Amino acid sequence: MSDVILEAKGIQKSFGGVMAVAGVSLMIRRKEIFALIGPNGAGKTTMFNLISGAHSLDEGEVIFDGKPVHGKPSYHIAAMGLIRTFQNLQIFGTMTVLENVMVGSHLRGKSGFLSAGFRLPGVAAEEKRVRDHAMEMLKLVGMESRANDLAPSLPFGQQRLVEIARALAASPKLLMLDEPAAGLTRPEIRILDDLISRIRENGVTVLLVEHDMNLVMGIADRMAVLQYGSKIAEGTPAEMQANQDVIGAYLGVDWEMDKPFARTV
Amino acid sequence: MKLNLSPERIAVIIFVVAIAAAPFVIQNNYQIFMLTLIGLYTMLTVGLSLVMGYAGQASLGHATFYGMGAYITALLSARLGVPSWAALLAAGVLSALIGYVLGVPIFRLRGHYLAMATLGLNVIFVLIMKNEVAVTGGPSGFTDIPPLSIGGFVFDSDVKLYMLVWAATLAVMAHALNIVNSRVGRALRAIHTSEVAAESLGVDANSFKLKVFALGAGYAGIAGGLYAQAIHFISPSSFDILVSIELVTMAAIGGLASIWGSIFGAATVVLLAQFIRDKLAEGLGLTGELEIIVFGFLLAIIMVLLPEGLTTGGLRLFREWKARGKL
Repeated sequence: MSDVILEAKGIQKSFGGVMAVAGVSLMIRRKEIFALIGPNGAGKTTMFNLISGAHSLDEGEVIFDGKPVHGKPSYHIAAMGLIRTFQNLQIFGTMTVLENVMVGSHLRGKSGFLSAGFRLPGVAAEEKRVRDHAMEMLKLVGMESRANDLAPSLPFGQQRLVEIARALAASPKLLMLDEPAAGLTRPEIRILDDLISRIRENGVTVLLVEHDMNLVMGIADRMAVLQYGSKIAEGTPAEMQANQDVIGAYLGVDWEMDKPFARTV
Repeated sequence: MKLNLSPERIAVIIFVVAIAAAPFVIQNNYQIFMLTLIGLYTMLTVGLSLVMGYAGQASLGHATFYGMGAYITALLSARLGVPSWAALLAAGVLSALIGYVLGVPIFRLRGHYLAMATLGLNVIFVLIMKNEVAVTGGPSGFTDIPPLSIGGFVFDSDVKLYMLVWAATLAVMAHALNIVNSRVGRALRAIHTSEVAAESLGVDANSFKLKVFALGAGYAGIAGGLYAQAIHFISPSSFDILVSIELVTMAAIGGLASIWGSIFGAATVVLLAQFIRDKLAEGLGLTGELEIIVFGFLLAIIMVLLPEGLTTGGLRLFREWKARGKL
């Protein structure tokens, strides 16, 4: 099995006349934590959408786990083990916290219209397995006490954790987190930091888009910096801190930082 | 065997007993027939509730499959000599299959265009039924449809038909409830709330939409077959877009994502229609289809004020006001 879990080659995407991503290439290694940073509008979330299949590529290739996935529908890519979360939180608002995570376990189940409708043998056992697995995921993020609450009733930071639990329930090989720290308080970001480390310890590769430099510099093994749809630098956090282009990209732009380039969590 | 007697289960048992006992208590054939009609409409509304309420896909032409089931049953049993029970089964299965096939182009559309496509489907269906006179009897209708008979037992009285229809309706409701409380039900609700998030978790949204649409069509096909075998006469106007709008109104009143609410929605619309026709129109000296004005108005108000449906929305408001101490 190759060391590389995700390879994006020459990704290009325009929306109307605007070039959102202009020839970006990335290589993510198994079990590393890789961060994608850059000013707003740099094309980070678009890259996520292109890799996960939510948008189609204009040019380029995406190879996941050794297999080409560009052009494949997003549910197919998810079934291969590539799971992403959303910047603006896509929690299922009509369901409880537990039900949300159980949707994450969708791929672990098989029951369909026929078997579920006629309550064939095996369906009840599968439901129990899925329910138990979902509770385990909630315990991982510390949300098991809220399992039966309606999801939108939770404070924003806790809904974020539920969305991550839901993504984990899908047994990802690569977990893509889109600005997971957005809208979280400092204590919540600390919990998130610890959670991402534990996720990696469980053998999952993590790709994250983030603005919170404290979090990113402390947790990422490697990073890439995007600006105006192009990659302007790539390397370790230490290398990025010293890179003039990276510093230049952020000068004059408002970004969240307590102390420059130091880990305070 | 462990007897699980929760309050919900007891309520269900009481309900089923009440349904079974009703025709013997009521004893008025016309009223029994009204209740039978409510049963048929409940079956239709349950299917619509799954498609619109749970999966969140517009379906303004649901009467198409009601009509399809009726005409398939009529053609098979009256013209081709197929046994009535087989014709009824075929109505359900074929309506589901046709629903699936038609769904393929229809679900390439979204939002308003999807809704218009379902309306268009209904219009086309009624046109074909009216025009293919040699096959369907045209606007004058299709007569002499034989009643359902199983092993010599013929369903030809009001009470027998009532029992048959409600047995089928309860079976459809049980089936729908099983689906709602399963992996499939969760996937449908996920698709409704955020299709992109559902897909990101491996849910093939398009496949689920097609299947739930086919299921709703199947339920409607069975209802259509039962209707044909109960009345022995069908005509295209019984399955036109006005009926589809009535069905949406029933779903809206009963709560778009509520299987049990479907009974309430169907009963309300059937009884309200009767009241409007008999009392109101007479009292106001009007002729013509006054019901559709009332239903259109009702539907518009519900969609604006309580888009999740009257019953579901009403219950939610009740809970909220209670929590705020207003009640």
